[in-house]
Formats: sequence, structure tokens, C-alpha cells
Amino acid sequence: MSITPLTPTAEAVVSLRRARSRHWTSIVVILSVLIVATFLASLMVGQTFYSFDTVVRVIAGEQVPGASFTVGRLRLPRAVMALAVGLSFGLGGVTFQTMLRNPLASPDIIGISSGASAAAVFAIITLGLGTTGVSIFAIVAGLAVALLIYLLAYKNGAAGIRLILVGIGISSMLTALINWELTRASQWDLQEALRWLAGSLNGANWESVIPVLIALVILAPLLLGQSKNLSITQLGDDTAEALGVRVSRTRLLVIVTAVGLIAFATAAAGPVAFVAFLSGPIAARLIGPGSSLLIPAGLVGALLVLVADLIGQFALGTRYPVGVITGVLGAPYLIYLIIRINRSGGSL
Amino acid sequence: MTTDHSLAAEGLHLSYGDADIISGLSLALPSGDITGIVGANACGKSTLLKSMSRLLTPRAGQVVLDGRQVHAMPAKQLARILGLLPQTPIAPEGITVADLVGRGRHPHQGAFSRWSAADDLAVAEALDTTGTAELADRPVDELSGGQRQRVWIAMALAQQTDILLLDEPTTFLDVNHQVEVLDLLTELNQRSGVTIVMVLHDLNLAARYCDRLVMLSGGTIHAQGTPAEVLTEDNVHHVFGLENRIIEDPVSGQPLMLPIGRHRTLG
Repeated sequence: MSITPLTPTAEAVVSLRRARSRHWTSIVVILSVLIVATFLASLMVGQTFYSFDTVVRVIAGEQVPGASFTVGRLRLPRAVMALAVGLSFGLGGVTFQTMLRNPLASPDIIGISSGASAAAVFAIITLGLGTTGVSIFAIVAGLAVALLIYLLAYKNGAAGIRLILVGIGISSMLTALINWELTRASQWDLQEALRWLAGSLNGANWESVIPVLIALVILAPLLLGQSKNLSITQLGDDTAEALGVRVSRTRLLVIVTAVGLIAFATAAAGPVAFVAFLSGPIAARLIGPGSSLLIPAGLVGALLVLVADLIGQFALGTRYPVGVITGVLGAPYLIYLIIRINRSGGSL
Repeated sequence: MTTDHSLAAEGLHLSYGDADIISGLSLALPSGDITGIVGANACGKSTLLKSMSRLLTPRAGQVVLDGRQVHAMPAKQLARILGLLPQTPIAPEGITVADLVGRGRHPHQGAFSRWSAADDLAVAEALDTTGTAELADRPVDELSGGQRQRVWIAMALAQQTDILLLDEPTTFLDVNHQVEVLDLLTELNQRSGVTIVMVLHDLNLAARYCDRLVMLSGGTIHAQGTPAEVLTEDNVHHVFGLENRIIEDPVSGQPLMLPIGRHRTLG
């Protein structure tokens, strides 16, 4: 490296960039610490309290009477599920929001989650399938609905606002379909379907966690590899192409991976309300403009689900499914966004 | 200093859907010059520019850069030689000037590679050249139109390409800012030898600031050459359907076009 002195402007550029990346790193570290803390808390707290030591011993593979079953077979899969599902929803949601430059463009608003839900309810009620069958139905339907929305909104490239409006329309139709399915359900199936629709981590076990983890391990790196390209596409298609980004290829790759993440997570835990929708904007608040939001939003998603599940299980006397808690947190934000759109005359 | 490149369109046919925009156009762009593309609305100026930079695939014909087909070149490799500033780029909400200008470094970076000292220097140089250094930490959406346009040009400069295409870089600007932007591009051309090709609306500014003009009409070239050769009463009448008089611009010595309408003329 040469040791020519930097111009004042170069010094300013360097220090601005360093300040931004320091801020990004510290937010990511803080979120990670909070996630680890919540994760451990959710292993310790329950009907029986186990100490930190005991929990660590169980995770390390030691046989501890009582704790090995409760922590190892019940609490650990549930906590891992919360983590994986939260990461998937956070990553998938912020990807759509970034790509379409609109916080309303989250998969749970534009119908992808409803698509997975409608198929899952159909699989439970009409076909009477078990967990695996329901998951496969939900994943395939999530991908199919994403494709349908993309095709319906396609016109010289898929434009943001058209895709969102088409998605909201599809979402309403699918909700109607879900309701119709529910009216025909038997008592037992109805309970099962409603529990799934509410978004719940009850009954999370290793068999249901593994597919979500595999999807995450394969798809998340693919998505993160597109992170830079994705941030360049925010400058508009023409500018991005001029900067050497193949926009349609990036968009296709990013849509497929994000929808995959959302579909697998939804199949396993149900459409945990608003996590995909909330994580990106919260991460944006924390990080500030300009930096990549993918990792922070994934972490925010994981933290949201972990915390909401803890609250739902232990804070309120009665046990609530995690989706009810995230729904209560998310709905006011949706209303706030819509009010803001109204005031600014349509643009976000 | 830049290296010389040859950029040429050969028998280019461009269309959107079924509508032909450019038909059978051939054009060689001399290295180191400032070339202005002028013509009436919807004559294909922007379309031609887009196609020169790979944004639009031709129906027939090709764009050739240094003997290679532009549309077959790797995207990033092309983006290190040839830059384009579209008419309406989008600034992400809240992004700061330094950050936006830094995006111009994208073609020089790998998918996971970190920022290098060369990236910082290129951004700083682009900020200094465009006089936007003191705005470095300001959000782009708080800037005035003239400042914003200089920031976008800074982004294109950070890309460090030898050829720069600009689509109406002076639209939406006051006359003082129009002149400022064109002066900036002229300095860039003279100091670093960057080849500049731009679509311009204002014929008189185009004649003053460009070494060469290309006048389009109905998807083909009606005239090309020095401003004096291209900006003639006949050409303007033919391309724009406008009665006019050409005089010598007392400031630059280049042709100056005076439109003649149906009213407000002497005699």
C-alpha cells in the first residue's frame, strides 16, 4: 500500500464509511446477544425451571434426568424453530420490501403466506393429511402463488406497486377460500386448522424443524450473495444495469430464494403474523439508510418470534400462540404505514 | 488519462414490443469527443443511448465496443469501461451523498469483497470533481435539483469509465445549473479525456458544448458532424418542422438557432 497522504475529502469519505460500518456491526452484535439471551431463557423457563448450567449440559449432550427430555426434546426444538422461522421470515420479508422499494410489499401482505395457508387448510380439512403432507402442500402453494402474482403483475418487467396491488387482491381471495374451507370442517379438523392458521410453535419437534433448517442453510447464503446486487437495484433498473447488475436475473434469484424461505417457515409454523412485514422496517430504523438490511432484518425476525413466543407462553396467564402476540404487535404498525401513505399522497 | 475505445452501432434496429423506434442506424462515436444526440421528442434518442449501454437488446444489428459485441460482454466488465446516467435514477430513501456515490464502485467489486483504498479514493475524487465534497454526509433527498444532479454525475464518475453516456443531464435544472453541469462535463472531457455522449434537448447548448452533433429523425440519422454542419436552418426545419434562423452565437462562435413562430416576429 502506498503511503501518500489522503486528501481531506478522502479522509472524510473514509471516516463516514467506517462510522457507518461500525454502527452496522454494533447493531448486529447487540441483536445477536439479545437472541442468544432470549434463546437460553426460553430453554430455562417453563413449568420446571432449569438452571443455566443444566441447560448447557443438556445442549452439550449430557444425560440429565428430567432435563434431557424437557429441554432436549421439548424446549430446544421449539426454540430452534422460533429462531429458524424468525430468521426466514425476516430475511424473506425484507428482501421483498427492498426489491419492490415498499414496506407494504412483504410476503404476508401480498398473498404468498395466504397461498401457503389456503393450501395447508385444504390439506388438513379436505384431504385429512398429516404434518408432512400439509408442509409439502404449503410450500408448493406458496411458490405457485408467488409465480401467479408475478405473472399477473408482469408488464415489461414486474413493477412494484402493481405487484403489491395484485398481491393484496389475491390475498383477499385466498382468505375467502380459507374461510369457506373452515365452514366445512369437522370439529377436530377445525381446531387443527385454526391452530395452524394462528401461527404456533406448539408441537415443534426435530422432525418439523429439520426442513426449515435445511432450507435456511441452503437459501440464506444464496440470498446474502445477492445482497450487493439487491442494494444496487434500488437505484432503478436502468442505473443498476449500467452499474453491471443483471437486474432480471438478480430479481428472479432473489424472489425464488425469498419465497422458498417464507414457504418452508410457513409450512412448519403457520403464517406467524406480521414477522416478515415488521422485521425489515425495524431493522431499517436501527441501521439507518444505505447499509444492507438483510442480516439485521433476519436477526430482528428471530428476536421477534423468540420474544413473542416467551410472552405468549408465560407472560399472560393463559397461553397464546406466537402468531397472536406478533399480530397484536404488528397491526398498529400496518395502520401507521397506511396513514402515512394517505398523508404523503400515495408514495412511501 | 483514459485509453482510446471505439464504440459504434452497426445496422441497429430497436423496438419496444411491435413499435420500431430505431431502424437500420449505423453510427461511430469518436474517442475523446463530446457528442450530442439531438432530435424531436420520441425520435429514439434515449432508446439509442440505452442500447449503446446494453440496456436494450437490438432486434437486429449490434453495438460494438473495441471489436466486441456489447450485448455479449460480461455486465461488470462493460460497466468498467462504459457508464450510463439515466434520465430518472432513483435515490433510496435517506441515503447519504457519499454512500450513493460509493454505489458507483459496484462494477469494481466482487460479490463479497471488501472496500479497498482505491474505492475510497475514487469516491473522494468524484466528490471533489463535482464540488459535492461538503455535501458528503447529507441525505440526497434533502438536496436541491442542481446539487442532486451533480451527485448523480459524481456517482457515474466514481465508476471511472472511459466512456460516459448521459440521458438529458440538464432536464429539470435552472439555466445556471444547466451551464454548470455542462461545464463540469467539459472539464471532465478536457482533463481526463473521458468520451462523453449525451442526449440534449436544448439545441443551442448542445451546439455550444458538443464537439459533434448527431441529429435523429424518425429512427434514423438525419445529419451528423460538427455543430456548424448539423445545426442548419434546413436540418432544423426538416427534423422539428420549425421555421427558424441560424446566427452565430456571439459568445461561442457556434451556431445559434432562433425559432420563428406564427406570432411575435418583426414584420
